[in-house]
Amino acid sequence: MAVSCTCDRRSLTAVLSGELDHHGAKQIMEELDRRVEQELPRQLTVDMGAVTFMDSSGIAVLLRAHRRMAQLEGSMSVINVPKQAQRVFRAAGLHRIIKFL
Amino acid sequence: MKAKASNFVSVDFPSRSANEGFARTVAACFAAQLDPTLDEVNDIKTAVSEAVTNAIVHAYPDTIGKVSMKLRIYEDNGMEIVIRDWGVGIEDVEQAREPMFSTGGEERAGMGFTIMESFMDKLRVRSAPGKGTTVTMRRRISRRAGVK
Ligand SMILES: Nc1ncnc2c1ncn2[C@@H]1O[C@H](COP(=O)(O)OP(=O)(O)OP(=O)(O)O)[C@@H](O)[C@H]1O
Ligand SMILES: [Mg+2]
Repeated sequence: MAVSCTCDRRSLTAVLSGELDHHGAKQIMEELDRRVEQELPRQLTVDMGAVTFMDSSGIAVLLRAHRRMAQLEGSMSVINVPKQAQRVFRAAGLHRIIKFL
Repeated sequence: MKAKASNFVSVDFPSRSANEGFARTVAACFAAQLDPTLDEVNDIKTAVSEAVTNAIVHAYPDTIGKVSMKLRIYEDNGMEIVIRDWGVGIEDVEQAREPMFSTGGEERAGMGFTIMESFMDKLRVRSAPGKGTTVTMRRRISRRAGVK
């Protein structure tokens, strides 16, 4: 599991890759927290295109980032969601809270 | 009517998070005998990941304990997955199964059981405080004509 971030004019993009399970989620959460505090972005884009597996641990990661962006009065969107992760998000009803593009 | 089991496998492992990936890979490899679609394999991997993660995170909060996974294939193309721990157990199973119920704090969403339920045909949870928890799931794999 890895995350790499790029920031351009207060728009932060986080590219996640690998298996997003409980084993890997903590590190992702910490890295996302750190980058958001550092950049205080207006927009956070989470790119999931390279995520090969995700379970409910990924839901908590996104919800936490979403809450933090709301506190900063910014917005967050999630892009390139693989089919397996999409099924998990759908089962959890996450599309009602988070913007998937 | 209960179909006959045609094959089974059983693995025990300690409740270390590195075994989450291992357990779902074992389940996916075993399920391959039923010639599942990619979506079906992914559903099985996801459900196994949820149950095993619960055993690792909740059953043994401050210790390392034993987790057991038993997989069975039936002649009706069904697969049964039994994940068991001997940890703290669940006080109120009905409440635990509700969407968004969690004792895990910020790092958990409380969606594990909801996901298992929606990805599997059947989910049974038996638990006793102080004794442990057994999660039994069942999923029928579609038979595909001709394609091999
Ligand atoms: N094996 C177990 N041993 C003890 N308690 C458990 C076990 N499995 C689940 N629980 C209890 O049931 C609750 C709900 O489980 P569920 O998997 O639905 O959500 P979660 O694990 O809290 O969050 P998520 O699965 O979304 O990361 C847990 O918070 C925990 O209190
Ligand atoms: Mg869980």
